Amino acid sequence: MLVTSAIITGLGLGSMYGLLALGFHVTYAVSATVNFAQGSSMMLGAVFAYTFAMRLGWPLPLAAAAALALCAAYGALVEIVAVRPFARRGSNAWLMATVALGIVADNAVLFTFGKEPRGFQMSWATGSFDIGGLTLSPLHLVIPSAGLALAAALHFFSSRTRAGKAMLAVVQNPDAARLMGINVPAAILGAFALSTVFAGAAGILIAPLFNVHSDMGTLFGLKAFAVAILGGISSAWGVMLAGILFGCVEALITALLGSTYTQILTFALVIVALAARPNGLFGRAGVKKV
Amino acid sequence: MTQNRTRRTVVGATLAAALGLALPATAADTIKIGLVTALSGQSARAGEAITRGLQVAIDELNASGGVLGRKFELVRRDDEATPAKGVIAARELVYKEKVTVLFGGLDTPVSMAIVPVMNEAKVPYMGPWAAGTAITKNGANPNYVFRVSAVDEIVDKAILQYAQKTFDAKKPGLILVNNPWGESNEAGLKAAMAAKGVTPAGIEKFEGNDVDVVPQLTRLKAAGADSLFLVGNVGPSAQVVKSLDRMGWKVPVVSHWGPAGGRFTELAGPSAKEVHFVQTYSFFGNQRPVGQKVLKMLMAKYPDIKSAGDVTPAVGVANAYDAMHLVALAIKNAGSTDGDKIREGFYKIGTYDGLIKTYTKPFAADKHDAINENDYVWTQFIDNQILPVSMKN
Repeated sequence: MLVTSAIITGLGLGSMYGLLALGFHVTYAVSATVNFAQGSSMMLGAVFAYTFAMRLGWPLPLAAAAALALCAAYGALVEIVAVRPFARRGSNAWLMATVALGIVADNAVLFTFGKEPRGFQMSWATGSFDIGGLTLSPLHLVIPSAGLALAAALHFFSSRTRAGKAMLAVVQNPDAARLMGINVPAAILGAFALSTVFAGAAGILIAPLFNVHSDMGTLFGLKAFAVAILGGISSAWGVMLAGILFGCVEALITALLGSTYTQILTFALVIVALAARPNGLFGRAGVKKV
Repeated sequence: MTQNRTRRTVVGATLAAALGLALPATAADTIKIGLVTALSGQSARAGEAITRGLQVAIDELNASGGVLGRKFELVRRDDEATPAKGVIAARELVYKEKVTVLFGGLDTPVSMAIVPVMNEAKVPYMGPWAAGTAITKNGANPNYVFRVSAVDEIVDKAILQYAQKTFDAKKPGLILVNNPWGESNEAGLKAAMAAKGVTPAGIEKFEGNDVDVVPQLTRLKAAGADSLFLVGNVGPSAQVVKSLDRMGWKVPVVSHWGPAGGRFTELAGPSAKEVHFVQTYSFFGNQRPVGQKVLKMLMAKYPDIKSAGDVTPAVGVANAYDAMHLVALAIKNAGSTDGDKIREGFYKIGTYDGLIKTYTKPFAADKHDAINENDYVWTQFIDNQILPVSMKN
C-alpha cells in the first residue's frame, strides 16, 4: 500500500520532471546550450493559463493553448536575448544570462501577478476514486499520461517530420546542415520555443496539484536539471525515464524512510549514479568525428 | 582642512536650526507609538490589520484626553518581512522619532532581530502577532518585551487539548513545515504530548514548495494516526489538505493559525472547511459590549468594513487593539514616558475589560504574555470566512 501509493505519486511528479528535462534535452541536442531557468518557463505556463482561465474566464483548452503560445514566444525571446549573442561569440555567458532572464521573469510576475499564491482548481481534477483498494485522483492518471504523450510526440516529430530531421541535422554538423539549405538559426530558435512549451505544459499540468505563484518553478527547475544530467542529456527517452525514476525514488524514500531523508538521499543518489555513469544512466559519450 | 571643518559646522548648525524650526509644535506634546511590521508584499494585509487595531484604540484614547494629558500619535515603518530592514526601522523609530513604545509585526524572525535592540535601548516592545516562544522569553533582565498574542508553546498545548476533547485523539500524526517555525512547534508539541503521556503516530516534515505531500501522509496513515496536527503557512497547509483529498483520507486536522493568513479556501479546495485552527478572536457570533463597540468604530473609520467578515485578519486587529489599551494603562501607571517606569507600569495593571477578554493582572515580572490557552478561539473556514467552530450551522 505504502509502496504502491508512493509509486503513483512518483509517476506523476516524475513525468513532470521528465517533461521539464526534455526541454533541456531539446535545446542541448540542437545547439549545445540550455535555458537554465526552465523553472521560470514552467511558472509562466501556469501563470498565463491561470490568468486566461480564472481572471478572463476563457475555457480551459483555449486558455492552455494561448498560454503555450506565449511560452513559445518567451522561449524564442530567451534564445534571442540571452543565448544567441553569447553563443555566437563562443562565450559561455549564456549560462548566466538565461539564469538572469529567469530571475527577471520571476520578479515581473511577482509585481504583476502578485505575491499571494493562487489556487488553480479544475472541476475534473477534484475528488478521488477507488481502483482495487487504491485511492486515486484523476490527476494521478492525467499527469503521467499527458507527460508521456508529449514525449512520444517529440519522438515522432524528430524522427518522422522534415522539420524534426532538419533539427537533428543541425546537431550532427551545423556547417553541413547550412550548406544543405537548412536554416540553422531558425532551427535553434524553434528548439528553444519547443523547450519552453514543454516547461509551460508541465506548469499547467501541475497547477491543480500545486499553487500558482512566482517562485513555484524554482525547486522544480533544479530537480529537472539534475534529471536531465542523470538521464544523459542527449537522449530523449533517457531523460524521460530518468525523470520518472527520480520521482519514484524521491516518493519511495519519503514513504519508507521518512521525509527527513528525502532530499539528502535523492541528491546523494544522483551523485553516486553520475560517478558510476558519467554520461548519465541512458546517455552515450559524445564522439566528435573530425 | 580647518576651513572645511568650519564650513561643515556652519552648514550643520544651519541645517539643525532649520530642522528645529520645521518641527511641528505639537510633536513634543504627543506620545509617539511606533509600529514596525510588513506593510507591503504577501503580508501587507496583516500589517494593515495591526494598524487598524492600533488606530481605532488610539482614536478612542485620544477622544478621552489621552494619557498624562498628552495624545497618542502612530508612526509606522515597513519591514518588508526582512529582519535587517526591521532592525533599521526599529532603530530609526527609537533613536530618531523617540517613540515611547514600539509595536512589532507578524514575522517571528523580524521580531527576534528587534528584541535585543529594544532591550538595549530600554524602550518597551509590544508584540501583537508573532508567536515565536523566544520573543518574550528572550533571557534579558530586565526584559522590555511584552506580547498580546498567541505563543507557540501555548498553542501547541492547546492543539493537543482541543484534539483530545473534540476528536478524542489518541495517536496524532504531526505534519510540520520544514522551517524554524515548524521546528519551534515540533519542540512545543513534543513537550505537550510528553506531559500528557501521548505518543505520536509519527512526525513528518514537508517543504513549503512540496507539490505532493501524499507520501508523508501515507506514512502517518500507515502508522495509525487518528488525527493530524498541522503547522504551516497558508500555501503549504493547502498542499496538505489537497493531498489528503487525493488520498481520500478523512481525518480530523487541528492546525496552528497558518490557514488564516490568505486565500485558504481557494488554495485548498472544498476540504478547507475540515481544518480546525486556532485564533485569538473572532468578530462573528455574540459579541460582548466591547466587541460591538470596536466593530462599530471600525465600520465608521474604514468604509471597506461593512460587516464582521471584512475585519481580516481579525487576530491582528483584536490583538493590536487590546495591546494598545494595555500600553496606555502601563504609561498611566508609570506616570511618565520613561521606558523602565513603563516596564514596571505593565506589572501594575490591575483589571482591563478588553476585546479578547477581561485582563486581570495580565503581566508580571515572570509573565510577559497576556494571552493563554483559555483565551484561544477554534475556528474553521466557511465560505471564505473564518467562523468559530461552534457556529458551524
